[in-house]
Amino acid sequence: MTTQTSIAPTPSAPAKRGPALLVYLLLGIAFGVVLTKSEVLSWFRIQEMFRFQSFRMYGIIGSAIVTAAIFVALIKRLNLKSASGEIISIPPKQLGSGIRYAAGGTIFGLGWALTGACPGPLFALIGNGVSVMVVAVLSALLGTWTYGWLRPKLPH
Amino acid sequence: MADWGSRLWPWYLAGPLLGLFVPALLIAGDKLFGFSSNLRHLCAALVPSRIEFFRYDWKQKGLWNLLFMAGTLIGGFLAAHWGVRHNIAISAQTRLSLAKLGIHDFSGVAPHELFTWHALFTLRGFVSVVVGGFLVGFGTAYAGGCTSGHAISGLADFQLPSLIAVIGFFVGGLAATYFILPLLF
Repeated sequence: MTTQTSIAPTPSAPAKRGPALLVYLLLGIAFGVVLTKSEVLSWFRIQEMFRFQSFRMYGIIGSAIVTAAIFVALIKRLNLKSASGEIISIPPKQLGSGIRYAAGGTIFGLGWALTGACPGPLFALIGNGVSVMVVAVLSALLGTWTYGWLRPKLPH
Repeated sequence: MADWGSRLWPWYLAGPLLGLFVPALLIAGDKLFGFSSNLRHLCAALVPSRIEFFRYDWKQKGLWNLLFMAGTLIGGFLAAHWGVRHNIAISAQTRLSLAKLGIHDFSGVAPHELFTWHALFTLRGFVSVVVGGFLVGFGTAYAGGCTSGHAISGLADFQLPSLIAVIGFFVGGLAATYFILPLLF
């Protein structure tokens, strides 16, 4: 079930792809539900966080990192393969000068506090009926496009 | 049994659930949890250009993530219709800080003073939605990740670049909260 994949496309491969992709849609639905029911998608909660007036968001982000770290360590230790047969690997991010992380991170932080949402919550908010966030998404696309355009000139 | 549709999920449930998306996506198909890549995939898919950053096979690289993104929107819709909706119960302190700022409507998931079509034509609405959205798109692309890709996936794998990015997230967020927001009201 793991070794034959790269040699030749088997006739059953396209049929297998459909249901496999469905998993990501279902995981996305679960993500949208958690963002909503935890109120992580709320501008009010983000303000509460940046004003240090509640432990809640720090508890959420902190326990998310700890949970993910435990499972990542386990996956590495056990050399697990994914359901589709790849050896699971997490490519290290290139540090370079570090400028892109400091500058890009700060620019995103400004936007995070202004919109009260990171990219995931922007979409969950549209689902929640905050329809004007469609404009925020279009503007975010313009922002990403602008980065792509300026990329050769920016320090990384 | 608690009515999970109507109550606020406690942080110690929501946090670990969010963390589980990292191993779930790794195990499902060796995918790294990171939402902002979708903005790049959407650009690559929708805006034909010669820009090198967008010249790649977005279907092969990003279809799974775009489906995850579509799911997030659907999940938000389903969750909003599951159970009784109530106001976001922020702390009394935050309410007071925001009231001083000029926010008086606490009835939505985001304040109506800023996030309605009508408010889009005011300075504060425009800055919150259009400028804020642009900075989210530009910043995440520049930094190569957002809260999911850097703060959760990256820190869980002890990656230094992600730590720098997350410190940046907070520097920017605090600057916007304390210096930009007061200018808008």
